[in-house]
Amino acid sequence: MMLGAAPFGMIFGTLAAPSGLSAAGALGMSAIVFAGSSQFIALSLITGKASLVVIMLTTLVVNLRHALYSASLLPHVAGLSQGWRAMLAFWLTDETFAVVLQRYGTEDGAPHKHWYQLGSSLSMYMNWFLWTSTGVVLGQTVPQLQHLGLEFAMAATFTGIVVPLLRTRPMLGAALVAAAVALLCRNLPYKLGLMLATFAGVAAGMTLEGRKEAP
Amino acid sequence: MNTHELLIILGMAAVTFGIRYSFFVLGDRVAFPAWVRRALHYVPVAVLTALIVPMVLLPDGEHWQLTWRNAWLVGAIASGLMAWKRLPLLAAIGGSMAVYFLWRVVAA
Repeated sequence: MMLGAAPFGMIFGTLAAPSGLSAAGALGMSAIVFAGSSQFIALSLITGKASLVVIMLTTLVVNLRHALYSASLLPHVAGLSQGWRAMLAFWLTDETFAVVLQRYGTEDGAPHKHWYQLGSSLSMYMNWFLWTSTGVVLGQTVPQLQHLGLEFAMAATFTGIVVPLLRTRPMLGAALVAAAVALLCRNLPYKLGLMLATFAGVAAGMTLEGRKEAP
Repeated sequence: MNTHELLIILGMAAVTFGIRYSFFVLGDRVAFPAWVRRALHYVPVAVLTALIVPMVLLPDGEHWQLTWRNAWLVGAIASGLMAWKRLPLLAAIGGSMAVYFLWRVVAA
């Protein structure tokens, strides 16, 4: 998983400058936000001159899944102090969740599994930061990279993530509605169209899903 | 780093940490309603599609480019096709970037 995150950390670092995020900004984001997908989305929002509120709302929607993770890990951290909990929460990502859920699931009665989670979190964290830095340095030492059209890497990544998910009708509906609303609202200020499109897409998916389940 | 950037980063960090920490603090006192779980299922597809489609169809942000000369469009289709064929994500990204660069040369 650390290997899997590497190219994305590097792409994020390299894309920061063409998107209008300073090197310090890119490193700071990886250091204190530490949430890959929302960092990428923030880059495209920054390019589009989105307002602070829109960026925060989008981050909220995109990262809301982490609340599900923390809910399902709760029984395992219930015995820990709030300090420990806060620390583990800060570093809770998709990857760490996947790894530790497996570890907590094995009933071997080991008492210090939270150290395992901390270790796993820290390695993902260092890894992400290191690869972001590499990307930032790469972007600065080879400035021509900026004119190559690396922005396309983002479109390629997002498309590669979305398309395989479109195998069910509700998902396809969600995508089509989101795309249509995004196109219609693309000139709204502060990238508000993105929020509208997201809500419309989610609503469309849920409606189609409900219809399928109805007798 | 200017103030605006700093605010963006701090804002994102606050939101993200708030989400991740919420249940560790509140404990069992709150439960996730089932409809939120269902809704979350569609968030990635909706957000990402809403980001990509305008980016690909109007690469300069103003003009529709529904032609074969549009390298963004051709590249994104390539990425989508490769991912649909269940190629690993990194292969789809690498492959479609190659298509994109090649297309910029060919269609120029």
